[in-house]
Amino acid sequence: MYGTGLKRLSIATVAVIATAMALIFFYAPMDADQGFIQKIFYLHVPLAITALVGFVVGGVYAVLHLRSGDRRYDARSYVAIHLSIIFGVAVLITGSIWAKASWGHWWVWDEPTLVSFLIVFLLYATYYPFRYAIEDPERQARYASVFAITAGAFVPLNFLAVRLAQSLVHPRVFATTGGGLPASMMLTFLVSLAGIALLWVTLVRFELTAKSASGQVRRLRRALDAPRAETSSGRPRVAPELS
Amino acid sequence: MTRSRDAFAAILAKDLRTELRTLRSLSAMALFAITTFVIFRFSLDRTSLSGSLAAGVLWATLLFAAILGVNRLFVAERDEGGFDAIRLAPIDRTVLLAAKAVALGVYLLVLEAIAVPVFALFFLGSAAALPPLLLVLVLADLGLALTGALISSMAVNSRARDLLVPLVLLPLVVPLMIAATGASEPVLEAGGPAFDRFGTWLAVLGLYDLVFGLIGYAVFDFLLED
Repeated sequence: MYGTGLKRLSIATVAVIATAMALIFFYAPMDADQGFIQKIFYLHVPLAITALVGFVVGGVYAVLHLRSGDRRYDARSYVAIHLSIIFGVAVLITGSIWAKASWGHWWVWDEPTLVSFLIVFLLYATYYPFRYAIEDPERQARYASVFAITAGAFVPLNFLAVRLAQSLVHPRVFATTGGGLPASMMLTFLVSLAGIALLWVTLVRFELTAKSASGQVRRLRRALDAPRAETSSGRPRVAPELS
Repeated sequence: MTRSRDAFAAILAKDLRTELRTLRSLSAMALFAITTFVIFRFSLDRTSLSGSLAAGVLWATLLFAAILGVNRLFVAERDEGGFDAIRLAPIDRTVLLAAKAVALGVYLLVLEAIAVPVFALFFLGSAAALPPLLLVLVLADLGLALTGALISSMAVNSRARDLLVPLVLLPLVVPLMIAATGASEPVLEAGGPAFDRFGTWLAVLGLYDLVFGLIGYAVFDFLLED
């Protein structure tokens, strides 16, 4: 059921990302100040926005899971957080490259957004050890949802505290009033944001499909060799199961 | 309402009485804090501290000492079947979280009543910073107690309890530590306490306490279900 429409979605994702790349390299004007390296902005910022929204989506699914008790929401919450963490690694790497190119250092502590993101990333990185330290699958799903909700509420608080603590040097591209971003740059940015967001959705769908398929295979296999299944108690720890 | 209040008082009294008789958490926390101050004295090679360095040493030490208490907070409940008793009792389960958070808050205040004067004795020239610092301590303790009780109640039912508490709690209290050190830094300045942005940081501490208080209230029921 998760597989339907996946092909069309994948094609759309590839098309939008290809368009975004074409716009980034051939259409968007060269930044007068930073030159070519500024183009990493079209990758870094959409990745960061998608990852943060993905964490929030994971939290929303966690709320739905706790409210309904439906384990499928837990699987969605898990996959959303899982992919957002992977996107988060990409955000930290691209941010670091940009920082090196425009400020001369790989890591800049005075930069609230990068530091906030690192702290959020560190918190979500504990999601895996936390989740897999709990053996009972029912309890594991419930506790993981509580974690996802707590961490979701933590994100804005953290951004507030870090921003207050530091001087403001991070380029606030959208805050500068009166169109800090020319229309051509804005268009490129929006297309690449759409592309990255579509990529996230596609990957989430792929992982959910794979999980539900492997769950079905496991159930079928268990039905096939039912007498043997009683002795083997090894429960797979890889991910929440889909029914 | 009165039943909840009775249950709250009973659980809190039970916890405080056990702690008073065994002194298991508190003695460990206090000794840990004082030893850590001694280690800081040699690792930083300073005999007096002020400003941001003083705030950093004080809060890092208090936080790590607090983790010792957080680790042990729910151990008796799990080992002696306290969780089952709470589940069976006709009371609101959030009462358990509230009582545990208050108990942890009391431990932290006792810890600070010992550790902060020792800190002042070791590293500060005068005690002038202590009264304004008390306000920061109380607000930060509240946040630490709420998050600590919540994380501890989750970690205690897992396989890697001692590992999970610091792992999850440390990133979660980063905003709290930013605000606490931010408020303490001017207060601990060498030339006597100053109050640069003191109010802003206290507001952030209060906001943190409020948010995590509400989260704990909203989610704790799900942690006790079985």
